[in-house]
Amino acid sequence: MSEAVMQVFRGNREGGSPVEFRVPITPGMVVLDALHHIQGHQAPDLAVRWNCKAGKCGSCSAEVNGRPRLTCKTRMDALPTDQPITVNPMKTFPVIKDLVTDVSWNYEVNKKIPAFKPKAGTDWKMYQEDIDRVQEFRKCIECFLCQDVCHVLRDHDKKEFAGPRFMVRTAALEMHPLDSADRIPLVKKELGIGYCNITKCCTEVCPEEIHITDNAIIPLKERVVDEFYDPIAKLVRKITGAK
Amino acid sequence: MAELQIVGQQGFGATKRRDSWWIEILPVFIVLNSFGAYATFRAFEGKFYEWGPYLSPFYSPLIDAGHTWWKFSPALLILAGPLGFRATCYYYRKAYYRAFFLDPPACAVNDRGGHNYKGETSFPFILQNLHRYFFYLALIFLAFLWYDAVLSFRWDGHFGIGLGSLIMTVNVILLSLYSFSCHSWRHLIGGKLDCFSCSKSTQVRHGGWKAVSALNEKHMLFAWLSLFSVGLTDLYIRLVSCGAITDIKIL
Amino acid sequence: MSDRFETHEHDVLIIGAGGAGLRAAIEALAHGAKVGVVCKSLLGKAHTVMAEGGIAAAMANVDSADGWIPHFRDTMRGGKMLNNWRMAQLHAQESIDRVKELEQWGALFDRTSDGNILQRAFGGHTFKRLCHVGDRTGLEMIRTLQDRGVEMGVDVYMECTITKLLKDGDRIAGAFGYWREQGRFVQFKAKSVIICTGGIGKSWKITSNSWECTGDGMALAYDAGAELLDMEFVQFHPTGMVWPPGVQGILVTEAVRGEGGLLTNKLGERFMQKYDPKKMELSTRDVVARSIYTEVKEGRGSEHGGAFLDISHKPAEYVKQKLPSMYHQFKELADVDITKQPMEVGPTCHYMMGGIRVEAETAQTTVPGLFAAGEAAAGLHGANRLGGNSLSDLVVFGRRAGLAAAEHAKKVSAPNIDASEIERAEREMLAPFDQSAGESPYAVHRDLQDMMQSLVGIFRVEDDLKTALAELDKLKERATKVRVEGSRMFNPGWHLARDLQCMLTVSEAVTRSALARKESRGAHSRIDYPGLDEQWGKQNNITKREGETMMLKQVARPPLPDDLKKILDE
Repeated sequence: MSEAVMQVFRGNREGGSPVEFRVPITPGMVVLDALHHIQGHQAPDLAVRWNCKAGKCGSCSAEVNGRPRLTCKTRMDALPTDQPITVNPMKTFPVIKDLVTDVSWNYEVNKKIPAFKPKAGTDWKMYQEDIDRVQEFRKCIECFLCQDVCHVLRDHDKKEFAGPRFMVRTAALEMHPLDSADRIPLVKKELGIGYCNITKCCTEVCPEEIHITDNAIIPLKERVVDEFYDPIAKLVRKITGAK
Repeated sequence: MAELQIVGQQGFGATKRRDSWWIEILPVFIVLNSFGAYATFRAFEGKFYEWGPYLSPFYSPLIDAGHTWWKFSPALLILAGPLGFRATCYYYRKAYYRAFFLDPPACAVNDRGGHNYKGETSFPFILQNLHRYFFYLALIFLAFLWYDAVLSFRWDGHFGIGLGSLIMTVNVILLSLYSFSCHSWRHLIGGKLDCFSCSKSTQVRHGGWKAVSALNEKHMLFAWLSLFSVGLTDLYIRLVSCGAITDIKIL
Repeated sequence: MSDRFETHEHDVLIIGAGGAGLRAAIEALAHGAKVGVVCKSLLGKAHTVMAEGGIAAAMANVDSADGWIPHFRDTMRGGKMLNNWRMAQLHAQESIDRVKELEQWGALFDRTSDGNILQRAFGGHTFKRLCHVGDRTGLEMIRTLQDRGVEMGVDVYMECTITKLLKDGDRIAGAFGYWREQGRFVQFKAKSVIICTGGIGKSWKITSNSWECTGDGMALAYDAGAELLDMEFVQFHPTGMVWPPGVQGILVTEAVRGEGGLLTNKLGERFMQKYDPKKMELSTRDVVARSIYTEVKEGRGSEHGGAFLDISHKPAEYVKQKLPSMYHQFKELADVDITKQPMEVGPTCHYMMGGIRVEAETAQTTVPGLFAAGEAAAGLHGANRLGGNSLSDLVVFGRRAGLAAAEHAKKVSAPNIDASEIERAEREMLAPFDQSAGESPYAVHRDLQDMMQSLVGIFRVEDDLKTALAELDKLKERATKVRVEGSRMFNPGWHLARDLQCMLTVSEAVTRSALARKESRGAHSRIDYPGLDEQWGKQNNITKREGETMMLKQVARPPLPDDLKKILDE
């Protein structure tokens, strides 16, 4: 049976370093299996978040060979074996222990977004063509890999920017055919959409293959333009009395 | 957030990635620089932009070719339109923020960091919000370029086809695909609606939005193809015009 | 009351933040209670997120003949009449409004062409009844409830494990636990406590359940003196992945069969013909699971010991649209393109029909102030659960539990917490750190899983079950001596050492109940008693703690009222 060498970050808020483990490779094995093997046989206190192990809950996010990934969907046989496989915690968030990071900031940001507010007197008829767009956004499993890879948060530490995940959530609410709230001023100010320079790393890492940039962020940017940067549209709205 | 750097990836360009990430931005850097250099040279050159029924896209619409009131190259009068459309394009923004501003150089590769980053919230990049106006402008340019393409089949009042006619036609088709796959256009035609099924007009716009969405998925491809085609079309006409090569008359 | 620990006070404390817990929180908040929700994982990661196929509610959007009566009948028949009839009735009647409510909170179900919620066929349901979002219905539901709860201002204690329920005399007083992150202890004082901790699958080797499903709530309630009901009924879902080894047990949604997937053996036979020619692939889960198991055992299984499940006769685009996560799951984890190739599937431990005994109307347990809802509670599903009935269970009885708990909290005074109880709970938790020798909790867990898989699996027999009880004694002994390495800070080994206690308690209850029930009914199949037994059909198994021993008794089922009886006789 062949073996893989895993270089897993071990440490906490104070510091840490990579530690090497040797793990037997079985067919179809994923990185999370290797981490479980380490827990079960070598380091029972290795801290890892995981739940479903099937790419549905978004718990086991980490950086494998430098790439933000769900470890449960990263096949060992897709990684080069000539060097150790490195597994590090998400860089954008403070480490709690080993691969577990403090993602609580995301939950705070989420609270800023006003919930779904149905139109008064609706009969709740909705058609598939109206919700296809939104259903794409609702696939989000909140793995926070998009938040992790976004350079605005990762490198510039700009908490004024809510991050791709919350652009996706807001887009889902704004495009809901029966929603009546207006979150566009919020998107511009409190969620800071202007900080996004659409470099698309969020889309590249999304395990749910949500087209975050093209389908959520850019449409929201355009809606911000409608309300704030388009004098002609403003004029037309004034003249026609439209919203 | 990342107050504590303990994973050992500090400093500009640092990453744990194993692959040659710079491969992604190198071609962008080279092509955009080369195109920029060539286009600048051609814009200032002010000659070799016409031959027979052909007119270079860098010079269309052709304004004051006789230098009655504008003594510089006529290209300089119109350059801002197409340039502005591409400069504020959602795809090119990604490309040059990565390749030129290195912000970030690639995904999960450190950029220069620092808290002063303003993104597109302040001048000059806040002007990116005007992209839709450049789209409107691009439509006017497209009209001229289609007109030029049609004229390129008129040889002294008779129908004819030269290699240049075909090149100009392919170019304007690619430019059209690039323009009509624009993100702003996708928003304007229907993306801004929350309900597609609500009325006859929104249903029609939904159809439009779906078509533009399909094109939009290939926006990057059209951006590059049309960039090459516009440069090569100009180059062909220049070479024919200055006599370096002879146009092939097909019909 | 001890002030050595961080203390939080609530009217209603909810343990578990899955569908039932969040729905309970929303209802308790709506009735003015101060609500706290404690969960072992981050918010939104609970097992509900993995529910795929849909939520059953007789909305009659697709089949106009549907209504609560056929839904009730299907549920009772699927449960082999062992269900709590009142729960089955409430569930069938109320699930419709609960689904509409989800929509009003922002959930977006797939639509019919006339703009209503689309419903799909599922095993054991007479009509197309499952409201769904592709094959990620659970995600839609948990996100909707999460957003609603957050909007209403619920306090959530994430990554916090409860290890003990606290009592004030007979009534509930709160709970004690630890923060997974720092390992610090924390106590909660509450007038009402609702257990919504889900299932127990982690006691088996091949399971679709996550690490969280260790039966905590059932063990906590049992320790607190509550009764457990019909613990022998463990559902093995017929279709889990079987290859490669790392993904063994991961769920393949019943929606594959609902959308027309066919089951065949290695000879290419549609073997369901032999076992249930009428319903074929859409027979109830207990029947399909046994059929696949039998085919494999008799040598007609696939290369890796499963059956073939094939949906490739449907258009590829349709499969990708209706079963997107199945498509990706097989493509990425097993190198199988389900639009072109069959899947290999086999039974996987999936759901616990048994659990904490509750009153149908209020979801209250036998301990005053202690409530339970969702998979942790028992009664609704009887001997076998129909697919889609669990998501509806969560919202119907989550709401009822939240309402009753809030009302209860209004009526009672603030409880007192016994400091000595807390000290004992603390000592129990710290014991594994004092072991100098001892083995890893992972080793004991592995042996427990292997043992339960082979001795208390799909088919059961007296000798095996007796051996299992003896093995459980040994495992319990080993579990008291496990050693934990490292510190209290986010230490999965330590966490497992605690969870192991719950798994052992629950495993014992399952095994004892399975041994007692000398018949085969629904998910409980005894090789030595292959048929239904009339007497056993009239009684439930109750497990209760007497001192330090686990006692089992049988109680008569409440008689069915005549109007419902008539429905079932039709």
